[in-house]
Amino acid sequence: MQTLTMTVNDSEVTVEIRPDETLADVLRDRLGLIGTKVGCGEGECGACTVLLDGIAVTSCITPAMKAQGRRVVTIEGLSQDGELHTIQQAFVDATASQCGYCTPGFIMATKALLDAHPNPTREEIMHGISGNLCRCTGYYQIVDAVAIAARRLAEEEAQ
Amino acid sequence: MWDKYLFAASVDHALEVLAAHNGKAQLIAGGTDLLLQAQRGQCPATVMVDITRIPDLNRIEEHDGYIVIGAPVTHAQIAASPLIQAKAAVLSEACGHIGGPQTRNAGTLVGNVINAQPAADGAVALFTLDAELEVATEAGRRWEPITDIYRGVGACTIDACHEVVTAIRFRPLTDTCGCGYQRLARRKALTLPTVVAAAVLHVEGDAIRTARIAVGPVAPTPFRAADAEEFLAGKAPEPAMLAQAGELTAAKAKPRDSVIRGSQEYRTAMVAVLVRRALDQALEACERSE
Repeated sequence: MQTLTMTVNDSEVTVEIRPDETLADVLRDRLGLIGTKVGCGEGECGACTVLLDGIAVTSCITPAMKAQGRRVVTIEGLSQDGELHTIQQAFVDATASQCGYCTPGFIMATKALLDAHPNPTREEIMHGISGNLCRCTGYYQIVDAVAIAARRLAEEEAQ
Repeated sequence: MWDKYLFAASVDHALEVLAAHNGKAQLIAGGTDLLLQAQRGQCPATVMVDITRIPDLNRIEEHDGYIVIGAPVTHAQIAASPLIQAKAAVLSEACGHIGGPQTRNAGTLVGNVINAQPAADGAVALFTLDAELEVATEAGRRWEPITDIYRGVGACTIDACHEVVTAIRFRPLTDTCGCGYQRLARRKALTLPTVVAAAVLHVEGDAIRTARIAVGPVAPTPFRAADAEEFLAGKAPEPAMLAQAGELTAAKAKPRDSVIRGSQEYRTAMVAVLVRRALDQALEACERSE
């Protein structure tokens, strides 16, 4: 076993893990943060996307030890005081979820996209979420949701 | 699977740990392929030596007439690098097409090469740049041409249990060079290519001075199309010549029939098409820079 210390959603955590555990394993099974979903388990579908030092990664193919001393943000880290994050609310309003399994990954990919490009074109949105798959084929609503989120975040910023 | 996961503090430290474990320790960078290989039992090493936190290794820079890309540099960093976009566009283009954004944020160019897969976009681009890899061993450091390290599908001469690839280098392309990169795949993202073609053309006046063409995955390793390159040298950059170079490259391709990637006949035909398009694109880039 090895000791892993990292910051998860603004709280420092220390856990004993097997060195070959994935970040998704540790978040879900050791920390109970089951909002992060594992779809393919091979870095192909994006459902397990989290932010590592602000950068979107697929946690199912990220060795957990790579988070040593770094900041992890999961879907649970977005809402504040029981209020949905603007991106989450946009996904609700655009009906961008069907079964919902891919949604946390899409939202985290959106967070990374909008942090880097606050005012993306539709093309840039498609590119930004190209690492995430939705098997219910709801991409149109998802792209709408990202666009709505971008607009609202810009409005909040302006206020 | 793994007993220990360590972060190397320096290249020498990584080499020491590898030597101390004598084949039981292996380097890891992005880990996007390695973790899955380990889960499938294809990676006998039990100690992982992570090189991504070695100070000074994470760099993309122009130095002594070369562009140098350090081992921990990710595809995303390369795709976004103004230096690579300006002086080796074929590589930034290739790295921008690997996997999806998340994979590109973690996976490294050196890993793309060391995995020795014929479909590795980054490696195909590096073939056209005459890239070299710096290999550090306990005995010292050496530069190896990328074209020399392949031994077959998934096999290369570099042993990640005993050696450390620290960087890749190549000559920046001059203003008289243009790049082309063409990728045929079933989807636009998150998929390996059916055929990928990369080209660098050096045009002076009315003639092609040199052409560099590489393709994958249509043989056990990416390869340079020597016949087509020789054919183009000194010729006028006419559409018929570029098409002929595509045919000459296709004649050297030996793709397998693949349920996923298509039949041998289809893929061979597509090599000719993609090489022609890559050359067209390279020529256009030459004309733009004039």
